[in-house]
Amino acid sequence: MITLLYFAWVREKIGLGEETLSVPAHVKNVGDLIAFLIARGDGYADALGDSDRLRIAVNQDHVDFNYPVSDGDEIAIFPPVTGG
Amino acid sequence: MKLLSSRRSRGADMTVRVTADVFDSGAELSRFEAKQSTAVGAVVSFLGRVRDDQDLADITLEHYQAMAERELTKIVAEASTRWDLADVLVIHRYGCLKPGAPIVFVATAAQHRQAAFDAANFLMDYLKTRAPFWKKETRADRTTWVDAKTSDDDAANKWSS
Repeated sequence: MITLLYFAWVREKIGLGEETLSVPAHVKNVGDLIAFLIARGDGYADALGDSDRLRIAVNQDHVDFNYPVSDGDEIAIFPPVTGG
Repeated sequence: MKLLSSRRSRGADMTVRVTADVFDSGAELSRFEAKQSTAVGAVVSFLGRVRDDQDLADITLEHYQAMAERELTKIVAEASTRWDLADVLVIHRYGCLKPGAPIVFVATAAQHRQAAFDAANFLMDYLKTRAPFWKKETRADRTTWVDAKTSDDDAANKWSS
């Protein structure tokens, strides 16, 4: 099982802020995970379709799309940050 | 809504605070300055405020609570490896903020001014592109997420060389 967190307009488009799910064995890295989620359709496809506008953190560290996904991870998907 | 209004981590030479509460930048700077040793010859501070443009009603700062303080602490640690700093303070707010309200405060203390200036500049540039906060602007007729600026990326990238 992995925990997924969504923030800002990614959260709004998907329609929830957090979910826990098990992913199929072919999901090896963040890029695979995004593709898997997009295939769920509707809000996911809308929120995650443009990968240039997405940033990822695994276990609270910034990572790129090649970063491996492991059981028990907390994976956050969000737009480029705009604090400060 | 987060129940914790303020969380704090304190190393020997740094304080990072992520909070919903308003802060008094003058009081923060006075406290920061007062606890420095006489070897500190330079204190630099920066205050970021909610800027009113096009009839802004307020902004809501969303944040990733588990990551925000951790990321800010990493950025402060990175600054400490690049410059000889005696102390650093970073405060970042979240929640609903009105125009003119303080959002972010950075203070640096060092023996010499160049380290204090440069580190404060670096901290803001990195914070803008790495700390997990997102601004949503509310006006009378619409609510919009603020887009990240490429100029902020450029500002952060200039420290990479």
